[in-house]
Amino acid sequence: MKIYLKIWRQKDNHSKGCFKDYTVDDVNKDMSFLEMLDTLNLKLVKQGERPVEFDHDCREGICGQCGVMINGIAHGPLKNTTTCQLHMRSFKDGDTIYVEPFKAAAFPIVRDLKINRSALDRIITSGGFVAVDTGQAPEANSIPITYQEAESAFDSAACIGCGACVASCKNSSAALFTGAKITHLELLPQGQKETHVRVTEMVEQMEKEGFGHCSNTEACQVECPENISVLNIARMNYEYNKSKLLVKK
Amino acid sequence: MMIYFKNALTRKNLMALTGLFLSFFLIIHLLGNLQLLLPEKEAQLQYNLYSHFLSGNIVIKLVSYVLYACILLHTLDAIYLGIKSKKANGPKLSRDRRSRASTWQSRNMMFLGIIIFLFLVIHFKDFWYHYKFGELPHDENGNKDLYTLVVNAFDSIWYVILYSVSFLALGFHLLHGVASAHRSLGVYHPFYSKLIRILGYLFSILITLGYLIIPIIIYIKH
Ligand code: HEM
Ligand code: SF4
Ligand code: FES
Repeated sequence: MKIYLKIWRQKDNHSKGCFKDYTVDDVNKDMSFLEMLDTLNLKLVKQGERPVEFDHDCREGICGQCGVMINGIAHGPLKNTTTCQLHMRSFKDGDTIYVEPFKAAAFPIVRDLKINRSALDRIITSGGFVAVDTGQAPEANSIPITYQEAESAFDSAACIGCGACVASCKNSSAALFTGAKITHLELLPQGQKETHVRVTEMVEQMEKEGFGHCSNTEACQVECPENISVLNIARMNYEYNKSKLLVKK
Repeated sequence: MMIYFKNALTRKNLMALTGLFLSFFLIIHLLGNLQLLLPEKEAQLQYNLYSHFLSGNIVIKLVSYVLYACILLHTLDAIYLGIKSKKANGPKLSRDRRSRASTWQSRNMMFLGIIIFLFLVIHFKDFWYHYKFGELPHDENGNKDLYTLVVNAFDSIWYVILYSVSFLALGFHLLHGVASAHRSLGVYHPFYSKLIRILGYLFSILITLGYLIIPIIIYIKH
């Protein structure tokens, strides 16, 4: 396959970026999108040019490191897929593909397609953990959890922190990410105890990082590689209101 | 404490509450205005009596203050969140096809809201202000003749079109707004969430049709 690329090149967060044209001739349809970028970079290195920088790690859809806007959509045209799990068979020979970094004020551009997503980490640090002393590792069955509880907690825990929800949101809101983390811990007995502290801390951190509000457009779930439900956001709102209205400090 | 007021979740709660109150008001307002469609003579006396009753009642007066406050707070919140969203977006995408993942109305609540707001300004000026502070002739029961004022206004096709466009904007605003408001307030149960969406759609369609037919029928009848 022959693929025409328009790739966003930007030196750092302070400089202006723009699309640069590239052509990759020897694309195999079974290559992943990142392998196609590798092919391009190999060519650029050989020509003595600076390769296109992008984030990646596991390349199997579980780490959340990869993630770029492909033709104006986070993680590209396939719904609920990471960039590394998107394959070139989703494109046609001779296609022109626009590749741009995720854009949000809270995600400063490091270089080219690489962004700094530490804002999401700081939201986790502000409350996405269990702080009560749980003692020694208990006997596995001493805390009864139903299959359904475990499954729905896992549905929320499946978030890989890629930031596609923020990038897909017209307000650059991190509500899906934060909602998923809060719901995940709220659904399990170890996490439940601290929900009210956690939810206020994490919501405040989300605010401080400069993410936008949630308009319930639900675009985030559509593009989320893990199909995290927007009901996690409603759950966050519920827990937040409950902790503000009902919990005595 | 400050962050509590500046916080998007709190703002969205307020927006949802004011929006839902306004939605509730829309039902009452529609039922009252359907009296305009009664046979002509009856409609005139009945509608003028109704307006007279509303303007004289102290409870209605208090509710109307809540209503004005809701419109104001809802609009202020819209502006606040709009600015916040702009700031959070940072640099614009050069190629943006994100719209494929959401409904048109959910992305254009501000645009729809601005149409509603402009409509409200005209609506208040032409009817509410006129009724309250203007000189109006009286009907045979001695009530101010709001009915004739309204019916004459809808003689103009442009006025009918203005109202129809505004009601459609309102309809789309509600199509997203009613369900969204419940989410903002924290309804996370999958079944009720779906039910609310369906009922919200039904509500929006009925309200929109209800308001739409009034100017159109009056225009055709006269
Ligand atoms: C009769 C008049 C109106 C009714 C019944 C109404 C109702 C609603 C409802 C129920 C919501 C959902 C709230 C939520 O998502 O939590 C909403 C959202 C919204 N309204 Fe209104 N509204 C009205 C007028 C206006 C006006 C005058 C404006 C201002 C320009 C406006 C701007 C907005 C915006 C921007 C949103 C979306 C907020 C977001 O981004 O999530 N609305 N409205
Ligand atoms: S909710 Fe989905 S889109 Fe958002 S960070 Fe988690 S995995 Fe990525
Ligand atoms: S590289 Fe790990 S999810 Fe794509």
